[in-house]
Amino acid sequence: MNTSTFFEHLVHEDRVHRSIYTDPMIFDLEMTHIFGAVWVYLAHESQVPRPDDYFTTKLGLRPIIVVRDSAGKLRALFNRCTHRGARVCRDAKGSARTFQCPYHGWTYFNSGKLRGVPWPEGYACDFKDDQFNLAQVPRVESYRGFIFGTMNPDAPSLADYLGAAKKPIDEWLDRNPGSRVVVSEANRLKFKGNWKLAYDNACDGYHVVFSHRSLLDTENRHASDPSKGMSFYMGKPDEAAMYLQYFGNGHHFKDKRPNVPKHPGALWEMEGLQPGMESYAKAIKAKLGAKAPRALDLASSEPVNINIFPNLSILGNHIQVFQPIAVDETDSVWYATAIVDENNELEGMADAVNAIRMRTQESFPNFGEVDDAANFEEIQKGLAACEDEWVYMHRGLGIPGRVQELPDGTLKAPATDEVFMREHMKEWKRLMTAQPKLVVAR
Amino acid sequence: MRAAFASGGFCFLRQPQTPGVKAVSYVDDRFYSELVQSFKDWDRSELEIKDPKTRDECRQLLEREARLLDQSRFEDWLAMYAENCIVWVPAAETAGDPRREVAIYFDDRRRLEDRIYRLRTGKAWSQVPASRTVRMVSNVEVFKAADRMMVRSNLLMTEFRAGETRLIAAWCAHRLAGGRIEAKQINLIDRDQSLRNPSVLL
Repeated sequence: MNTSTFFEHLVHEDRVHRSIYTDPMIFDLEMTHIFGAVWVYLAHESQVPRPDDYFTTKLGLRPIIVVRDSAGKLRALFNRCTHRGARVCRDAKGSARTFQCPYHGWTYFNSGKLRGVPWPEGYACDFKDDQFNLAQVPRVESYRGFIFGTMNPDAPSLADYLGAAKKPIDEWLDRNPGSRVVVSEANRLKFKGNWKLAYDNACDGYHVVFSHRSLLDTENRHASDPSKGMSFYMGKPDEAAMYLQYFGNGHHFKDKRPNVPKHPGALWEMEGLQPGMESYAKAIKAKLGAKAPRALDLASSEPVNINIFPNLSILGNHIQVFQPIAVDETDSVWYATAIVDENNELEGMADAVNAIRMRTQESFPNFGEVDDAANFEEIQKGLAACEDEWVYMHRGLGIPGRVQELPDGTLKAPATDEVFMREHMKEWKRLMTAQPKLVVAR
Repeated sequence: MRAAFASGGFCFLRQPQTPGVKAVSYVDDRFYSELVQSFKDWDRSELEIKDPKTRDECRQLLEREARLLDQSRFEDWLAMYAENCIVWVPAAETAGDPRREVAIYFDDRRRLEDRIYRLRTGKAWSQVPASRTVRMVSNVEVFKAADRMMVRSNLLMTEFRAGETRLIAAWCAHRLAGGRIEAKQINLIDRDQSLRNPSVLL
């Protein structure tokens, strides 16, 4: 059976085979056919703000140093000594002009170029040959601060890859002073389950009132205050103003903003009860007067989920990154963001906004994500039942008029529809059956 | 108690809501400043309290706290805390300033009550089934800090849940005044790494 027929058997329009979540051979194939063949999110520019700053991460399973080299160019170096293969950098982040391998002392500039090796007279080769430089991801581009890399020379530009997803990303950034955010620490989680379980969940409006039942109850535990957080999912969520949209290339979007009243401060009114919110809100109101509600909305969780295939989800104020570790293990890192107010649009109140914003961002990872992760782990356990082969994603399929194709070719559907999952699985199947030619630069 | 959130929608059985007026957070900028300051440079040798009676009282308090948590007696546990308390679990390698960065969690009394309420719903799936834990508290050292005491201890918690056993290790700093815990900082040794199911109350 050729690979195309093989994957045809695994991905149907209404269901996928359990093995795409459990088979280590399929996982290995994903680490090149997806992680490497498409643009994969690597880091945010605020994590490497100055020349020589670096941040270590992975592209699929490849250890990577994302670095702004001494000339200011963003690069994604393989963190693997050309000589014997050891990781040359073992720190999570820092600043360095060179990386010296601790094993035999080979040293590289932060451009990846070999600087020198100990006792070169013992070698017959010419170390000026590029073959001895660190391998690096040949294409690294950033879109408004989000750094991506691909090893596929035939991939489209990053801007074309993001396509219609650029618009909500722009809106997510443009609501902040200076139209930007910076990363400030993270809630780092992991679960014993396949990475796609998290991506399948990223736009899932069907699970909210069940998986997050304890969060919804907790946010609304005060009888005087009955409509906090995601309570708009109660009742009939498909009839609410929110919607989901499929953008192509595996990207999708859940837009809950239409559920929120239009006036400034409406988002703030829905925010759960977080430490310090009253005193800082009082200070912000005293200083900013009529402009205060808009500032307080910046301390609140933005009701969008912008999911960039395969490993990035921009949601609330978070930059969430899915990092596959093994077929049944995934890291899910929720980078928090802070606002920066260089033009003093908030009249000195940016620190107060951030002081609330840090607490609002701790809420979902603590009270929501842990329960999703528990459910992902339970799926992984359930899928051990090998004779029960199929996992369904057919909610909404076959109901006339439920999924609309918009003039720009994107698809729009009610909040609990699973069309986004069917579509990203089609894209997954296309990528898994393609024959990408991945290359490294040196 | 049955409550429908919208007519014709899905009906849920739910936990009774919290009665009474909702509390206002006492956390403000000054509170943060004092907190951050009090957790800086406090474990200096010259401030150590060597008096065995004081040390034993502190150790007893920590052991009682560990027992109440192991027994899921969360309301009794919270009663050991001062009215204006904080539980702070930093994510950064050095604790930093919680106003500028997120923590694993940073809870005032209201959010600690939220945490307990959530566990009591029976629908916090990360704790269904609930973890069984045993906490070992050791290496207790007591330091003088103006009209308070700072206590440093090591915590080794064995957690069993859903068929698996794991260890969680941390050093803790308790700020005590008047026999109650004003603030607690829990420094997990793997705080800057990805944590699996960090849903047990620390």
